[in-house]
Amino acid sequence: MVPGEYYLALAGLVFVIGGIGVLTRRNVIMILMSIELMLNAVNLTFIAFAKMHGNMMGQMFVIFVITVAAVEAAVGLALIISLNRRKATLNVDEINILKW
Amino acid sequence: MEWPFFIIFGLGMLISSLLVITRRNVVHAALYLLLTLFCAAALYVMLEAEFLAAIQVLIYAGAIMMLYVFVIMLINVRESMAERQWQRQKVAAGVIGALLAAEFFVILIKGIWVPSAKTAEAAKAALNAYGGNTEAFGVTLYTEFLFPFEVVSLLLLAAMIGAIVIAKREI
Amino acid sequence: MVLEVLFALIKIVIVWGTVSLLVAYMTYFERKLIGHMQVRLGPMRVGPHGLLQPIADGLKLFLKEDIIPREADKAVFILAPLFALIPAFVVYSVIPISSGFVIANLNIGLLFVVGVSSLGIFGIVMAGWASGSKYSMLGGFRSAAQMISYEIFLGFALVGPLMLAGSLNMLDIVEAQKETWFIVYQPLAFVLFFIAGLAETNRIPFDLPEAETELVAGFHTEYSGMKFAFFFLAEYANMMVVCSIAAVVFFGGYLGPGAPGAHWFILKVFIGMFFMMWLRATLPRLRYDQLMGLGWKLMFPLALANIFLTGLLMYLV
Repeated sequence: MVPGEYYLALAGLVFVIGGIGVLTRRNVIMILMSIELMLNAVNLTFIAFAKMHGNMMGQMFVIFVITVAAVEAAVGLALIISLNRRKATLNVDEINILKW
Repeated sequence: MEWPFFIIFGLGMLISSLLVITRRNVVHAALYLLLTLFCAAALYVMLEAEFLAAIQVLIYAGAIMMLYVFVIMLINVRESMAERQWQRQKVAAGVIGALLAAEFFVILIKGIWVPSAKTAEAAKAALNAYGGNTEAFGVTLYTEFLFPFEVVSLLLLAAMIGAIVIAKREI
Repeated sequence: MVLEVLFALIKIVIVWGTVSLLVAYMTYFERKLIGHMQVRLGPMRVGPHGLLQPIADGLKLFLKEDIIPREADKAVFILAPLFALIPAFVVYSVIPISSGFVIANLNIGLLFVVGVSSLGIFGIVMAGWASGSKYSMLGGFRSAAQMISYEIFLGFALVGPLMLAGSLNMLDIVEAQKETWFIVYQPLAFVLFFIAGLAETNRIPFDLPEAETELVAGFHTEYSGMKFAFFFLAEYANMMVVCSIAAVVFFGGYLGPGAPGAHWFILKVFIGMFFMMWLRATLPRLRYDQLMGLGWKLMFPLALANIFLTGLLMYLV
């Protein structure tokens, strides 16, 4: 029997790795993928807690998180396609027209 | 008996997530993300949430990753971009990451509140009366969480229309 | 504990070996069948009546030179055929061949099947992209878009019998058909499932993405040798998977007039395969926009209507 805390530790580590990915990568799609990593870590945390408490709430949250992740991926990628038509670059540093 | 599987899938998830953020080629990173999602689904099965594991493989690994792969290939990110990562930002990211991980570990070591074994067992027995994870899921989703379910379906509709309109060449 | 693992391993080896052999001989069966339907004989030379043809084909493809184009992404190029072939075999681990013979009796069997089938699309997209040529990429995209759309209709068509059976467990679904098979209650769902299955496996009349007159050969233009053999086998293995799921969900799996047994299941799968090959010999192929239009404008509303009607009738009756 693996105690629930190990799952939480694993989820925490994956969340931190995703966070580092968001902060260091310059490619827009890589940033979106790191956000997906963080969302997965959150899902794992929810399910671990659902098991530890014997409650169904955790698993319900996970289905909504997965749905919202799908929504965000779809709209984010549509934005990237539209952006790519204008500027043909995927580097976040070069998308700075609104900068002061 | 669970420990070997936990170690395999846990290590798999960690190593593939590390590979996701360090690959230069975006398609390889997407494939490693697919591997991470699989390991996560295996961990869900070990946590007795097999319906969610199937949903994860079907939706996350099957549909969302397909969307990513499609967009990567459409925009043709073949030329591996020479990414100029600012040295300052790498260090800052590392520091923030280390702080966050340290905070997680402090909380874990101090101890997490879980209900006593008896209430947990009682709640679990009440759920198992439904006859399995899928049935319990279905009942809870359509009774307690009916309103969020409807709201989420509206959200999906809005996202669908929004994505099509944003990505069209001319409206 | 160890004994269970051993039994499971033996079952896996049996199923894997049988499916591989059957898939190889399905190619021969199809050529013979289409030949006879077109008033010619099909393969006759290699062995008596051409029975050793698959072995000769396999040997040829195995010994061919393995070419990897210069512009190709090597790792993804080599990985793509595996992604196409492995999900077909993995699905066989939940299909009940007889009441005692199922490798893994999962509680979420049907959902597992649909989920793992959706991974086969990755192989095609990666093959199209990793080949490094525009034709392959376009063919891969077309094929993947078609497969993704019809995957949805496949799932929706399966919800009808699922509601009748009340469980995702494959054994429960078969047992729920003890009195009447689900084909009697859900004929529309079966027709939708079959058409979606044809489109899922890129068979005629939906095989525009890999037709030789379009885009050279679609996503497997640049593939030769063993990798091409994998794609070829993957198509037939997926066909067998679709027929097996149809047999289990609509036609009562291993149940039959008389004693239930594995022979009924195998008979039903063969009849399904025969029907699919018959369609290949008879129908022309659909144009791509006709294909997508048929799916989204006709099959999707019909699938939703089927679910609604099933629910309504189950509530009233």
